[in-house]
Amino acid sequence: MAKPMGWLARLPDEGALSAAVQQLRAQGWTRLQVFSPYPIEGLAEALGHRSRWSGPVILLVALGAAGAAFAMQWYSAVIDYPFVVGGKPFGHWAPFALVTFAMGLLGTVLAAIIGMLAGNHLPQPYHPAFDVPDFADASDDGFFLLLAADDPQAGDEPAVHQALEAAGARIVAEVPT
Amino acid sequence: MSEREPLMPDQLTHGWLTQRVSALVLERRPPRSWRVGVVVCALLTLVFVIGLSHLFATGVGIFGLNIPVAWGLPITNTIWWIGIAHAGTLISAVLLLTRQRWRASINRFAEAMAMFAIVCAGLYPVLHLGRPWFWYYLLPYPNDMGLWPQWRSPLVWDFFAIATYLLFTSSFLYLSLLPDLASLRDRASARATRLFYGVLALGWRGDALHWARYERATTIMAAVAAPIVVAVTGIISLDLAVSIVPGFHFTIFPPYFVAGALLSGFATVAILAVVLRWMFALEDLVTRQHLDYLGRMMLIFVVIVNYAYTQEMFAAWYSGEVEYRYVYLDRWTGPYAPAWWGMILCNVVLTQLLWFRRVRRSPLAMLALGITTNLGMWLERFQIVFTSTHADYMPSNWDTVWPTGWDWAIYAGSLGLFGLLLLLFVRLMPMISMHDMRAQIADRGRDG
Repeated sequence: MAKPMGWLARLPDEGALSAAVQQLRAQGWTRLQVFSPYPIEGLAEALGHRSRWSGPVILLVALGAAGAAFAMQWYSAVIDYPFVVGGKPFGHWAPFALVTFAMGLLGTVLAAIIGMLAGNHLPQPYHPAFDVPDFADASDDGFFLLLAADDPQAGDEPAVHQALEAAGARIVAEVPT
Repeated sequence: MSEREPLMPDQLTHGWLTQRVSALVLERRPPRSWRVGVVVCALLTLVFVIGLSHLFATGVGIFGLNIPVAWGLPITNTIWWIGIAHAGTLISAVLLLTRQRWRASINRFAEAMAMFAIVCAGLYPVLHLGRPWFWYYLLPYPNDMGLWPQWRSPLVWDFFAIATYLLFTSSFLYLSLLPDLASLRDRASARATRLFYGVLALGWRGDALHWARYERATTIMAAVAAPIVVAVTGIISLDLAVSIVPGFHFTIFPPYFVAGALLSGFATVAILAVVLRWMFALEDLVTRQHLDYLGRMMLIFVVIVNYAYTQEMFAAWYSGEVEYRYVYLDRWTGPYAPAWWGMILCNVVLTQLLWFRRVRRSPLAMLALGITTNLGMWLERFQIVFTSTHADYMPSNWDTVWPTGWDWAIYAGSLGLFGLLLLLFVRLMPMISMHDMRAQIADRGRDG
C-alpha cells in the first residue's frame, strides 16, 4: 500500500483545536495543517506563521503606484503635451494630487488582494484533503487537523495516531496522495 | 440600554446557519415576491435599454439639457448613485475595523448594493458624453493623435476616482465572498453547481494560514476604504466646487457631499434590509435591532447634512455677493423651489422621526423613511445641479430647463437595472456572510 499523504483528524470545537495545535507543536510536530470554518485568533501564530513582509511590500507597491501616477502626469503635462489653461504653471503638483492619491489607493488594494492569493498559493483547485468526504464540514462547522506523512517524526502509523488522539483529536481518515 | 435584543437567535449554531443560508441559494425555490420583483425590474431594465438605444442613435439632445443647464439629470443621478454606494463600503469596512458586531448579517447585501450602485453611477457620465463611444479618451493611453488627458480637469479626476472605487468594491466583495463560495461548493449537489462555485472559490479550504493572510488583506483593504469613500465623493463635489458658479463654489462641498452620500446610502441599506428580511423570512438574523442601528447611523448623517444646509446658506449670505445671495432667494422662490422645499421636508423634517426608538425599530417606518430620505437626497442633488447653473452672473444667460420623458425613462430604467442585479445576486450568492456570522456565533459562545 502506498504511503498516504497524511492523516486527517477532527476536533469538536475551536478551543480543542487550538489546544491540540499547541500540544502537537510542543511535541515537535512541524508538518501540521489546520482548517476551520472561520478565522481563529492566534492559531496561525501558534503554527509559526509570521507576517513580516506583507505590510512593507504593500506600502512599497502603493508608493510605487502613486509615484508612477505622478510621474506620468508630470511628463505628459510638462514635457510631452504642455497646454496653456488660464496661464497656470504646467508642472504644479496640486492638480496632480488627486489622481496620484487615487492610484496609490488602487495600488494598495491590488497589492493586498493579489498578495493574499499569491501567499496562499490560490487558486489551487485541488488539495488531497478534498478526497475525504467529511472534509466538506470544514466550510461549515468542522475543525480539522492534517498531519502530513513527511513530518520527520511521522515514523509509523500507530505513533501518529497516538499523538493525534492524545491531543484530543478523532482520526477521520488517511488522506491519499 | 438593558432591553437591547440579541442580534441573533440564541439557538443559532454553525451548522444551522450554513444550512439555512446556503439553502436560500441551493435548494429553496425563490419566493413569489422575488419572482414578481425580477419581472418588474427586468421590464424597467428593458426601458433602460430602449432609452440607451435611442440615446446612442440620436444624441444627448433627447435629455433636458440646454445651456446654461448643461449637466441636467444624468449628473444629478451620478452623484446620487455614487452616494448610495458609499454606505455599503462604510458598513463593510469601517464597521469591520471598529469591530461592530451588527455588521455581520447585513454587510453582504450592503457590499452588493455598493457594487451595483457604482455600476449605475459610472454609466451616467459616459451616457452624458456627446459621443459615448469615445469614453476611452479619458484614459492616458499612447495614441497616434499625440493627446493626453487634461490633468487639471476635475472630470478626469472623477474618472480615476470612480474607476478606483469600482475596482476596490468588486475586489472587496469578492474577497468577502471567497470563504462562502467554498461553503456553497461543499454543499452543492449538482455537478454543474459544484463546478460553478468551485471555480469561483479558487480552492479555498479554510487553512489557518490562509485565514491569517485573508484577515490581513481584509484589514488593509478596510483601512483604505475610508479614504477611498472620502476621495470619490470629495472629487465628485470638486467637479462643482472648482468652478466659479454661484451655488457650486463652496469650500464645504467635499465633506457636505460625503455626509449626504452616507445618508442616502444608509437609507438604501435600510430599504434593502426591510425588503430582503421580509422576502426571505430572515427576521431572526436581520433583527429590529439592526434596523435600530441603521436608523442611528442615518440620524448621525442627518444631523451633519442639516448642519451643512445651514452653513451653505450662511456662506452665501456672508460672502456679501449679490449673486450668491440670489442663488438662495431663487432656490426658495424660483422655478425649482418645489425641489428645495421637498428636500427640506424629506431630509430635515421627516428624518427627525429617527430620534424615536419606536420608529427606528419599525420595519414599515424605516422603509418609508428610507424612501423619503433617498428622495430628499435626490432632490438635493437636483437643486444643486439645476438652480446653480440656470441663473448665474449674467441675467441674459438665464434659462429654465426641465428633464424630458427620456430623462425620466432612463432614470427609472437604472433603478430597474439596480434592482435586477441585486435580486439576481441574492439568488446566486449567499446574502448573509456565513463566515462573519460564524465568528460572531463563536464570540457569543466565548462571552458566555
